[in-house]
Amino acid sequence: MSEQKPKIGVYVCHCGSNIAGMVDVENVRDWAQETLGKDGVVVSRDYKFMCSSLGQELIEKDIKELGLERVVVAACSPHLHEKTFRTASERAGLNPYLTELVSIREQVSWVHTDKDVATEKSKALVSGAVHRVAYNTELQPLKVPINPNTLVVGGGIAGIQAALEIANAGFHVYLVEREPSIGGHMAQFDKTFPTLDCSACILTPRMVEAGTHPNITLLTWSEVMSVSGYVGNFNVTIKKKARYVNEELCTGCGICVEKCPQKVIDDVYEAGLGYRKVIYTPFAQAVPKYPVLDRPNCTFFKNGKCKACEKFCPTNAIDFTQEDQYLNVEVGNIILATGYDLFDARRVTNYGYGRLPNVFTSLEFERMSNAAGPTGGEITLRDGKTKPETVGIIHCVGSRDKNFNNYCSSICCMQSLKFAHLVKERTGATVYEFYIDMRTPMKAYDEFYQRVLEEGTLFVRGKVAEVTNATHGPHEKGKLIIQVEDTLVGKQRRIPVDMVILSVGMEPRHDAKQVGQMFGISCSSDGWYIERHPKLDPVTTMTEGILIAGCASGPKDIPASVAQGAAAAARVLDKILQKEVELEPIRATVDEAKCSGCRICNNLCPFNAISFLDDLAVTRINPALCQGCGTCVAACPAGAISGTGFSNEQIFAQIEGLLMGV
Amino acid sequence: MNKYLFYPGCSMEGSARAYYESLKAIQPALTMELEEIEDWNCCGATEYLSINLIPAYSLIARNLALAAQQKNGTDTVMAPCSACYLNLEKADYYMAERPALGEKVNEALAAGGLHYEPGSVQIRHLVDVIINDIGLETVKSKVVRPLTGLRVAPYLGCMVPRPDFAKRWSDHEHPSELDDLMKALGAEVIDFPMKTSCCGGHMTQIGPETAYELIRRLVAAAEEQGADIMVTMCPMCQMNLDAYQGETNRHFGTNYHMPIVFFTQLMAVAFGIDPKQAGFGLELVSAKDALARIGLKAPEEQKPTPARKKPEGLPMPKPLPKKYASGQTVVEE
Amino acid sequence: MAPAETVLTQGAGLKKPEDLTLLHEVAEATAGVSHLEMCIQCGTCGGSCPSAADMDHTPRALFAMLRAGMREEVLRSNTPWICVSCYHCVVRCPQEVHIADVMYTLKSMAIKAKKYTDSKPPDFSQTFVGMVETFGRSFELGLATRFYLTHQPLRLPGMAGMGLGMLTKKRMNLTPNRIKNMDQLTAILEKAKTLELTS
Repeated sequence: MSEQKPKIGVYVCHCGSNIAGMVDVENVRDWAQETLGKDGVVVSRDYKFMCSSLGQELIEKDIKELGLERVVVAACSPHLHEKTFRTASERAGLNPYLTELVSIREQVSWVHTDKDVATEKSKALVSGAVHRVAYNTELQPLKVPINPNTLVVGGGIAGIQAALEIANAGFHVYLVEREPSIGGHMAQFDKTFPTLDCSACILTPRMVEAGTHPNITLLTWSEVMSVSGYVGNFNVTIKKKARYVNEELCTGCGICVEKCPQKVIDDVYEAGLGYRKVIYTPFAQAVPKYPVLDRPNCTFFKNGKCKACEKFCPTNAIDFTQEDQYLNVEVGNIILATGYDLFDARRVTNYGYGRLPNVFTSLEFERMSNAAGPTGGEITLRDGKTKPETVGIIHCVGSRDKNFNNYCSSICCMQSLKFAHLVKERTGATVYEFYIDMRTPMKAYDEFYQRVLEEGTLFVRGKVAEVTNATHGPHEKGKLIIQVEDTLVGKQRRIPVDMVILSVGMEPRHDAKQVGQMFGISCSSDGWYIERHPKLDPVTTMTEGILIAGCASGPKDIPASVAQGAAAAARVLDKILQKEVELEPIRATVDEAKCSGCRICNNLCPFNAISFLDDLAVTRINPALCQGCGTCVAACPAGAISGTGFSNEQIFAQIEGLLMGV
Repeated sequence: MNKYLFYPGCSMEGSARAYYESLKAIQPALTMELEEIEDWNCCGATEYLSINLIPAYSLIARNLALAAQQKNGTDTVMAPCSACYLNLEKADYYMAERPALGEKVNEALAAGGLHYEPGSVQIRHLVDVIINDIGLETVKSKVVRPLTGLRVAPYLGCMVPRPDFAKRWSDHEHPSELDDLMKALGAEVIDFPMKTSCCGGHMTQIGPETAYELIRRLVAAAEEQGADIMVTMCPMCQMNLDAYQGETNRHFGTNYHMPIVFFTQLMAVAFGIDPKQAGFGLELVSAKDALARIGLKAPEEQKPTPARKKPEGLPMPKPLPKKYASGQTVVEE
Repeated sequence: MAPAETVLTQGAGLKKPEDLTLLHEVAEATAGVSHLEMCIQCGTCGGSCPSAADMDHTPRALFAMLRAGMREEVLRSNTPWICVSCYHCVVRCPQEVHIADVMYTLKSMAIKAKKYTDSKPPDFSQTFVGMVETFGRSFELGLATRFYLTHQPLRLPGMAGMGLGMLTKKRMNLTPNRIKNMDQLTAILEKAKTLELTS
């Protein structure tokens, strides 16, 4: 270590009682002043809230008056306030990268229960930072221009909202949807709670706007295949699956659909409750209007005969030779609004879905109650004819259950109340609702509960144990029996009904993990995408330039999904309007004199930032692509790669400092 | 040859003699080698656990310790009795899950010079090894007298598919294993909605009225579904539904006649073994009429099988593929 | 009408400190990890139970009473004795509470505290255990005769037909089977009886 130590200031934060309650802050302060003096500490202070303006001014004043050359702040996690203190140093004329934050809250006071131990650990962490910071060097952030185009993945209500906000602000959006039409789950619903407005009526104007907006390139029946690059400069490959319909020629007249002789069960749009043709548009208001030909089920593709669609198409738009196309687009930001899958009700075998015909899922019921659905809006049993006289609606199917999903799906209570209302309205049947807890916390939701109570729905507090056709006597014959403990009465009840509706919960998309990996973001243990901060930064992720909106990050209702779509758009517009983005200067660099050209590091880089210069036989790292992860640094056998801000000197000094008291 | 350490359990020598005899009869066809655990003791059924926890688990664990000592080309303990199977599995599982229990039990075992390390043996039920080790194809290949026309209600009872600590069964509520085994014999299997409901367990002894109601529900459901016979894999279920069916009838003034036999007995007759050797005749509710339906000892009369109806109305969801422990997936058509 | 305070103190009112930890005491004494404290009172257990109609409290209600420290009422409840160990509640419980094992714990606690109201069920268990402790195997005939003679002599004539059937079909042994190394089993059980499950 050099003889000439830089002048270091140490600042220990109380964070009210968050830190001071478990760490003897004054003791840490005095210890740093006395013991670390020989390591360059010239001043050590504590303060109730270092992050307050007064706290920051304290540091700025010392930098100016005492000529501090390095600053160590022992406070909360760098996630929260590293930027605050680095900016404060910068204001006082010190390069921000000469300031280090030590987390003595998340890593000490919040996780320890012994004050003496916590205080000693805080000292060790401060000592580590003081030793390390001496080797910090002045760094300049890298500025790169931002591509003003945006990719939105997922054409449900959240994605549509995000795309429209950005497009209306004058910037271009690629909206990618894997189904033949945008609209998402909302397009399948009949009514929306709590106002009962028609889902299609409020959704389709937005769909049309997105489909015709000059700033939106709509790519339906398409999927993102790969992503490279970094914030401001992503390169995305999109597969546009063959529709077997020439979009230039197709007028959307629907004659091909009418003439197609082959029907299959529609597992997607009709939730398995209805049929569609093999060439089809999923629903009347689909955007875009062009149909899609379902190749695996097409008679022509299977037997080489038929071509009814081609024969009758008035504009010769059917093209059996069409192939998948791959498009490359460049965008600055990406919003993932990939939505959710429904919980598979067949997994709860005690509710009999798939075995007992008159057990339905919530989505089946949505389709059934929709005037454009398989029954034309009639509520019937599986025979398609009989009206039920008694209906049981079961909450929390697959949710709040450690056997399936631990979390509350948040929409099911309101959805079930909506079903109760619709059943009453359309059939006059007796309706039972089986709930564990009634959760109606948003605007006008509890009022809707009151309304359904008033309409005479019979509420039973208890998680249904089973739905069965095994009778206990003639009075139950031909019925479905809902067996439940009415917990408010304290007795088991067996309630015979004609129809059961399972209010199934939401699940992350089955491919959420792979999609997340492609975009460089991670999933929680439940499988939902993780926000940068669950409360304060809900639409961004830990990867700059990748945003999330709607149910991709967890169950949400329509208002919340729309709000998130708009919020994500606002964050993107903020980036676009800044025109350029500052990249953290934490980068790896190759000392070309030491590089042996072994190429071990070449394939390890997760960001494709490493290239090999054949003429010089050395490796080089693109600083804009490098994210400073350190993989190559650790892999280099020659020690030729070093990470800015994580040099060997810094790491060894930090370890030495940490172990000083041991 | 599939080899197993065999834990017969007390009932196999008494009330479930038909189970034991039919198992011995089909064993050669199934190429199963059974090596009985030397000097095994009672598992305590559902009684010892009510009295005193550590002795109850020590009683079970003595068997596990003996089995572990006897490992000889196999570490699988096969138990045909549901209660035995559950107790052995439970002791093994809880001794690992709650180390304090494991320590105490081993302290007790040490007094008899024994020790058991949880996880040292695999505990499996007879139906599981037949399906997943021997395989339905082998079973099918041994059938010489298919049970065509016999309407069978498969009745598994509680303690095998639940709690299923080792996750060996396709489902807790409507497992398909016994159905598939009966189908392999050519029987017509009814979708028995109460296939894992309770037979009343020891309530026939201590609270008969509770038990009679449970027995009535099961027998009534089987009759309502048009079953000729129920098959079970549990000695307690067989005992309650067979021996107490008469009392149940007296209690409710009903007149049910629903024979219940062990699945191995139907396997045996399907394999061409004489019904007597297969343990038929030991049941109190006679299975004579059921046997007659497959042409044994009585003229053949076929119940008309209802014609498959064309689907009408709204489509049904596809059944969820069931996964067996062996990884084999069964999709019903 | 009784004043509200009286109602309170009769039921789940002020409790002794040891009663407030009753739930944990039960959880501790249960084999495995019971998750008893995780109960959300949803009633899946009470709904699943095939014999709930004969119980004075549903299992869910019993767990609420454990939380409320109602020791006397819980130990006097017939619920654990009516439990048939079918494990339907266990596999369906959304909180993975080991309900059937908790019932075993409550039975042995009631026996120790001599709180059960019907002596038939514990005596049946005790008789069974007595056979096992003597022979190492269960002995159905011995169990049946001894238990019925003590508790249900009037049920015997009605049962005779069945019993005779079981005997003539040789489904009940006339003499017990005995394991060889009874001394070993006795030593294990005697030692085990001196031990208790704590964490």
